Amino acid sequence: MARPTDMADAARRLSPPLGGSIPRSLLPLILGVIIAVLGQLLVPAVGDFYYTLFINIGINVILAVSLNIVNGLTGQFSIGHAGFMLVGGYVAGIITYYGSYALWGSTKVIEVFLGPGEWLFVAGSVVGGLVAAACGYLVGLPSLRLRGDYLAIVTLGFGEIVRVLFQLTTPVLKGDDLAAASLGQKLTSLGGAQGFGAIPRYTTLFWVLVFVTLSLLVAIRLKRSTYGRAFLAIRENEIAAEAMGVNTTQTKVRAFVLSAFFAGIAGSLFAHQLATNLNPRELGFQKSFDVVIMVVLGGMGSVSGAVVAAVLLTILPELLREVSGYRMIAYAFLLIVMMILRPQGIFGVRELWELGGKKKS
Amino acid sequence: MTKLLQTLVDGISVGSLYALIALGYTMVYGILSFINFAHSDVFMLGAWFSFVISRAFGWAEVAPPAWSIALVLPASMVLCATLGFTIERLAYRPLRAAPRLNVLITAIGVSLLLENTGALPFLFGTQPQSMPRLIADRPLATIAGVNINVVDVVVVVVAVALMMALQWLVFGTKLGRAMRAVSFSDKIAALMGVNVNLVISFTFVVGSALAAAAGLLYALKYPGVKQPADASWVLLGLKAFCAAVVGGIGNVRGAMLGGLLIGLVELFGAAYVSTTLRDAYVFLVLIAVLLGRPTGILGRAAVEKV
Amino acid sequence: MLFPVLAGGCDRMRGQKGGEEEGKGGGETILVGEFGSFTGSEATFGQSTHNGLMLAVKEINAAGGVKGKKIEVKWLDDAGKTQEAGLAVTRLITENKVIAVIGEVASSLSLAGGRVAQQKGVPMISPSSTNPDVTDLGDMIFRVCFIDPFQGYVGAKFARENLKAQKAAILYDQAQAYSQGLREEFRKSFVKLGGEIVTEQAYSGGDSDFSAQLTTIRDHKPDVIYLPGYYTDVGNTVLQARKLGITQPFLGGDGWDSAQLAKIGGASIEGSFYSNHYSHEETRPAVQNFVKKYKEDYGAVPDGLAALGYDAMMIMADAMKRSPSLSGKDLAKAISETKNFSAVTGIITIDEHRNARKPAVVVVMKGGVPTYVTTIEPTK
Repeated sequence: MARPTDMADAARRLSPPLGGSIPRSLLPLILGVIIAVLGQLLVPAVGDFYYTLFINIGINVILAVSLNIVNGLTGQFSIGHAGFMLVGGYVAGIITYYGSYALWGSTKVIEVFLGPGEWLFVAGSVVGGLVAAACGYLVGLPSLRLRGDYLAIVTLGFGEIVRVLFQLTTPVLKGDDLAAASLGQKLTSLGGAQGFGAIPRYTTLFWVLVFVTLSLLVAIRLKRSTYGRAFLAIRENEIAAEAMGVNTTQTKVRAFVLSAFFAGIAGSLFAHQLATNLNPRELGFQKSFDVVIMVVLGGMGSVSGAVVAAVLLTILPELLREVSGYRMIAYAFLLIVMMILRPQGIFGVRELWELGGKKKS
Repeated sequence: MTKLLQTLVDGISVGSLYALIALGYTMVYGILSFINFAHSDVFMLGAWFSFVISRAFGWAEVAPPAWSIALVLPASMVLCATLGFTIERLAYRPLRAAPRLNVLITAIGVSLLLENTGALPFLFGTQPQSMPRLIADRPLATIAGVNINVVDVVVVVVAVALMMALQWLVFGTKLGRAMRAVSFSDKIAALMGVNVNLVISFTFVVGSALAAAAGLLYALKYPGVKQPADASWVLLGLKAFCAAVVGGIGNVRGAMLGGLLIGLVELFGAAYVSTTLRDAYVFLVLIAVLLGRPTGILGRAAVEKV
Repeated sequence: MLFPVLAGGCDRMRGQKGGEEEGKGGGETILVGEFGSFTGSEATFGQSTHNGLMLAVKEINAAGGVKGKKIEVKWLDDAGKTQEAGLAVTRLITENKVIAVIGEVASSLSLAGGRVAQQKGVPMISPSSTNPDVTDLGDMIFRVCFIDPFQGYVGAKFARENLKAQKAAILYDQAQAYSQGLREEFRKSFVKLGGEIVTEQAYSGGDSDFSAQLTTIRDHKPDVIYLPGYYTDVGNTVLQARKLGITQPFLGGDGWDSAQLAKIGGASIEGSFYSNHYSHEETRPAVQNFVKKYKEDYGAVPDGLAALGYDAMMIMADAMKRSPSLSGKDLAKAISETKNFSAVTGIITIDEHRNARKPAVVVVMKGGVPTYVTTIEPTK
C-alpha cells in the first residue's frame, strides 16, 4: 500500500527542474511503468482480494489527486467530482462496448496483455477523460461569476443532473437489437438505473498504476510550475492574484478541466473493473463527498497527502467491513475526531518529503 | 384548470416544508458561513422522534386525541433542539477557527454518524414505519374539484406560524439583534458585548427545532417514514438547501421564498413537463438563478475587499 | 481478525438464539458467504434477507446440518455499492474461502458480485435479483425469484383477463432498476395482450410526493394503475392517490410484500393487487412453518425478501446434500438439478437458464391481509 507514495517520492527525486532534458523528464514515467508491470505480476500472487483492493486504491488516488488540483491548489470548492467520473465512465464504456462489437463482432474481453482490446480501452479512457474535461470547462465557466460555496452548489447541481440523465437511458442493447440499432439508439441505451453492466472488463492493475503515475506526475509538476503558482495565488488571495497579472477565470477553468480529465479516466477505470457495475446511483453526491474528504484529510494542496488519505480511506472501510452496522459509525466518528485534532489535514499544504524541512509558506 | 389548481395547492404544501427546512440551513450559514450538512439528519430525526413519541402513547392502535399534535410537536422540537445544541458544542465549536472546509467535512461526519446510529437495530432499525395519523386525514373543502386536505392546511398553517415567529425573533427581539450582529461580524459583535457562543448555540437550537417541526409535518403528510439511513432524507435536505440558496442564503425571508419557489417549480415541472427530470429541475433552477443573481434572489451582493 | 473486539459486534445480527453455536460446532463447518446491504439506503432489504437466511441456517443446523457438518455464514456488508459488493465477494472467496455465496437484492450489486463468483468458479444464488442479466453471467449464478419478464407478464395478464382492464397507467421508480425492469416488461405484455398504456409517470427514490404524477394519471382515467415499486414507497403513493380521488385499483409486484404495507397504506391499500411468490394464507406446511418461526425469532411478519433469503439458503443446503462433493462444479450442477423443491415461495424448479421456474400468485389486500386470488403458471 505504500507503493503510490513511494512512487511520488521517486518522482520527486528523479524529476528535474523545469526545462530539463526531455529523456530525463520521462524517467518517472518509465519508473511508473516498471512499477505497474511489477504490480500486475506480483500482487495477484498475494491474492485476488488484494489485487482488487489495489485497483480500488489506485482509482481513489487518481480521484483525490485530481480533485486536489481544484479544491486544494486553486482553493475552489467542487463537490461534483463523481459527475465527471460518470461522464468519463459512460463515454469510455460506449467506446469499448460498441467499439468491440464493431471491430470484432463480439463484446468479449480479448485477454492479451497490451493486446488490441486493451488499446481500445486506453483510447476509450482518454476520450472519456476528454469529454469529462469538456464538461469541466462548462462547470468551470460559472466561476467567472460565482465564488466559494455558490460555485460548490453549481458543481453539486451538475453532478445530480448528470446522474438523472444517465438514469433515463433505456436497457443496454444486445445481439440482434444491437446490430439493428441506430447511433442515436445506441447512445441512449445505457442501462438506466440498472447501470451499464455490459462493458467489457479491461481494467487491470497495470493500467491503473500507469494512470496513477500519470496523474501524480502532472499534479506534482503542476504544483511546481508557473501555472501551479498561479493556482496557489488564487487560493491564497484572488484579488491579489489578479493584481499580479494572473488571469483568474482562465486559471480556474484550467484547473477544472485538468481535474475533470483525470476524474473521467478514473470513471473509465471504475467502469471497466471486473468487480463493479457502472451505475448512476453509486456515483452520486455521496461519492463526491468521499473524494472531498480525502482531499481535506490529506491536507489541502498536498499531493502526497491526497495519496495517503486516499489509501487510508480505502483500506479503513475494508478493515471495518466485519463490523457492519457499526462500520459507518466508526468511520464518521474518526472523521470528526481527525478534523478536530488535525484541522490542517495529514500533511497540511506540504508534501511527504518536505515534512522534516522548513515550513513552506 | 383542476389540474392547475391541484398542482398549485400541492406545490404550496410541499414548498412550505422545504421552506421550514431551508430556514435551518440559512440561519447557520448566515452566522457561521458553512453548509450544515447534518441538518437534513436533524430533520430526519425530527420525523423519527415524532413517530416514537406517538407510538409510545399507543396512538398507533387507538385514535389519537385532538391535542396529540400539540404534545408531539413541542416534544420533538425540544429533543431536536437539544441535539442541535450538542452537535454544535461537541463537533463544530472546536473548529470555530479552522478553515470552513474542515467544518464542512465534520458536518458530513456528523450526518453519517446520525444516520447510521439511527439505523441501529435497537434504536430505529432499518424498516420503514407507519406514522400514526395524529390529524384526521380527510378533505376539509373542495374547491373547483380540488380537495383541500386537513393535513395540507395544518402543514401550511404550522409552517407559516413558525416562520412568522422566527421573523419576530430575528427582527423584533434583543437576541435577534445579537444574531444579526454576529452574522454581520462576529468580532465586532463580541467587542460590542454580544456573547457570540451563546448566540451561535441559540441559532443551532432554533434551526434544529424548526427542522423537527418540519420532520413531524413531513411524517404527517407522508406517513410512511423511511429508515434513517435512506438516501431520500439527504436528497430532501439538499433540495431545501438549494431553496435557501435560491432565495439568498443567510436571509430568512429568502429561505421562505426559495422554499415555495422550489416546491412550485418541482411540482409544476412534474405535472406539465416531464416527471423523469424532476430532480434535475431543482438544480437547473438553482444554476439559472445563481448565474443571473450570484447571491440568490434576496441575497445581498458581498463586496470582497483586499 | 484485526479488530477482534469490534468484530464481536457481528454476533448482534445473527439469529438471536441460534447464533452462538454456528461456527463453533466442533471445528468442521461448511462456510457459506453472504453479501448484502446492511448499511445505507438499501439496509431495509439487506436486513430482511439476512434474517430469513439466518433462520434457514438455524433450522438446517438444528436438523443435523449438511453431510454431518454445520453450516456457518460469513456475511459482509457492501453498503449498497457495486464497488464494495465486488470487493466483498472477492474477499469472501479468496480470504474466507467460502464454498458458495448468497447475495444481493439489487441486480446491479448481484452483477458485480456475480461476475467475481463466476470467474472464481464459486456457485452463487441471488435471492431476489430479478434482472435477466444476472444469471446470464454464467453457469455458477442462480436465483430463486422470478425474472422481470415473467412478473411483468403476470401483471399484464391479470390486468387484462381478471380485471378486464383496457387502459393502464404506470407509475414507476426511475432510480430503481427493479421498478424500471418491471415497467418495461409490463408495458410490452400489456400491449401484446391488446391493452393500451395511457400514461407512464416516473418518480425517483428520493421523492415522497407523488401528487403531480397522480394528478396526470387521474386525468387519463385508466382502469388500473401498475405500480412496480418497493413497499417503502407504495404506502405513501396509494394514500395520496385516494386523497386525489383516484378510486381505481393499483397493481404491483413482489416488492410490495411486507406487513408494513398495510400499516402505512391503511384503508387506501384495500382492494389493490400484487403478484407475489406466495401468500401468507397458504396452508402449505413450508409457508406455515416459516411464518411461525420467523415471528418467534424476530417478532415480525416476514416480508417477501426474508422469504427469498430463507429459500436461497434452503436450496443451497439441499444442493449440498445431493452434491457428491462440495467443489464449485459439483455444487453448481446440484443446484441446477433442483426440481420441485418445496420452498416457502413456491415449488421451485431451476431451469436451463438457472432461473427459478415457479408459478406466481396474485393477492388482493383485504382487511390489511394479502389474500389469495389466483395462480398464474409460467408459460415460456
